[in-house]
Amino acid sequence: MTPTSTIDDSAQEAPPPVNMAALARARRQRILAWVLPVATIALAVGLWEFLVWYHEVPHYLIPAPSLIWSTLLAEGPSLMQSAWFTVRLTFFSLALAIIGGVVLGALFALSRPVEMSLFPFAVILQVTPIVAIAPLILIYVHNTFTALLICAWLVAFFPILSNTVVGLRSTDHNLRDLFSLYRATPWQRLRHLLSPSALPYFMAALKIAGGLSLIGAVVAEFVAGATGTNTGLASRIIESSFRNEIPKMFAALVLVSLMGVAIFLMTSLASKLVLGRWHESEIKRET
Amino acid sequence: MTSRTSAETRPSKTGAPLIRMERVRKEFGRDIVAVSDMSLTIERGDFISFLGPSGCGKSTALRMIAGLLPITAGHIDIAPSQTDTEHDLGFVFQEPTLMPWATVFENVWLPLRLAGLSRTAASDRVRAALVEVGLSRFENAYPRELSGGMKMRVSIARGLVTRPRILLMDEPFAALDEMTRTKLNNDVIRLATEHDLTVIFVTHSVYEAVYLSNRIAVMAARPGRVVADLTVNAPWPRGEEYRVSPEFSAEAKRVSTILKGTLDDADIDH
Ligand SMILES: Nc1ncnc2c1ncn2[C@@H]1O[C@H](COP(=O)(O)OP(=O)(O)OP(=O)(O)O)[C@@H](O)[C@H]1O
Ligand SMILES: [Mg+2]
Repeated sequence: MTPTSTIDDSAQEAPPPVNMAALARARRQRILAWVLPVATIALAVGLWEFLVWYHEVPHYLIPAPSLIWSTLLAEGPSLMQSAWFTVRLTFFSLALAIIGGVVLGALFALSRPVEMSLFPFAVILQVTPIVAIAPLILIYVHNTFTALLICAWLVAFFPILSNTVVGLRSTDHNLRDLFSLYRATPWQRLRHLLSPSALPYFMAALKIAGGLSLIGAVVAEFVAGATGTNTGLASRIIESSFRNEIPKMFAALVLVSLMGVAIFLMTSLASKLVLGRWHESEIKRET
Repeated sequence: MTSRTSAETRPSKTGAPLIRMERVRKEFGRDIVAVSDMSLTIERGDFISFLGPSGCGKSTALRMIAGLLPITAGHIDIAPSQTDTEHDLGFVFQEPTLMPWATVFENVWLPLRLAGLSRTAASDRVRAALVEVGLSRFENAYPRELSGGMKMRVSIARGLVTRPRILLMDEPFAALDEMTRTKLNNDVIRLATEHDLTVIFVTHSVYEAVYLSNRIAVMAARPGRVVADLTVNAPWPRGEEYRVSPEFSAEAKRVSTILKGTLDDADIDH
């Protein structure tokens, strides 16, 4: 005779029938999540256009959205070239920030002495305003793109570094024991335990660093005050300001904002793809 | 096979020592003596409970047996395995301790994966372990989608997937409601019988200890040590009939009385 086998009955039951009303509500929520922001932005732009027209605001003070749009079209090729420069700068610096932050973060997490000796440098670089360091970097580094890259990298890399360290350190201690019990190799530990535990922290840092790398790229270029053809959107803004071309300033500004939004959407999407099924921050609560 | 009714003669119980702890001591830092002079011989087929108040060193003792903590003094011997199991020990923690980023299947696969088995090579054994805990339909679920009891079952399946001889359980059901706990108690008895397991089960419930085990090591704190080694007089295997029987109440009462006496003698403050 064996003891009564009492398998959790609930565990074997079929899932409850799908609630149609709840599904419809969820779909409505999803659509609203897109419609509402688009509608408010459209409304704001419309209001802007109307107010500029109604009060006859001169275009060298505040241009109407329609004028900004036509400037964008007219100046398209030159602005696009500058935008491409800024995009490259931003993405290179973000990529370097990811590599640098993760590698250094892993080193810190592996070795306290390394952390203790190098962390002060990371903090000093982080707390010193980039506009204060940028002129020096521009003097020491002759290639402008490289100099700008270093500036943008400095701004973006710190959140990745600090979050990677915290993430690698915050693995569940029982899970650590479990891996010891089954004699995991250091590589297995890194691959199956440390990396996934650190991932939510890393993704949070990526969202911040994405925005910061764009800010770094623009600010550095402002400081550099670079002019000429092979320059980014910041230079276009400075130029237009000198020449009092306010609509063009706004056009460049719109492009910078769009880039920021695109980076935000991309990093959010990446986070959703990577963490969506398991991490609290990305799980949609059924209501 | 005829002698399955007595606690003294559990089917696989051979009287051969499997784990021998001799004057084991564990200190944390200079001042904390978590375990002191703990000697205990656990035989093949034993179902032994470590019973004692919070902080008396039960987890510490268990972790030393598992090799997860270095021993300060004394030694622990585990008889070498006769068979070719990849891993001798299974460990079930107080919390389910599942990887939240991995599915139920991947969580149970982990011990085999760390031993080098691919998903396909391991899949039969992982599925078999899931069948045994009644979770075969949930292999693609993530831990957050499961109830507390189901998570604990995954944890047990993971402990059993390497087909260990020894299963160490550290207050595995302390966080569960009474009904779930009762069910899981019965599951543990069934699995221990079917797999010829030697189980060390940490608990601070007298009822759970009496219901599950054939031996109870009563521990006291400051310093942590074994103050009594009791044999539970009850048939094996056990089921719901036993839980509601007067024998169970009598045995629980007997153990409680001894427990109270020894703990009073041990003069601990808890
Ligand atoms: N890593 C550690 N560092 C310092 N002291 C520790 C450590 N682990 C345990 N202790 C101490 O050792 C003693 C025994 O702890 P242990 O966790 O083994 O108790 P326990 O019997 O499992 O208690 P509980 O029932 O609450 O789980 C306690 O006084 C505890 O504070
Ligand atoms: Mg404990």
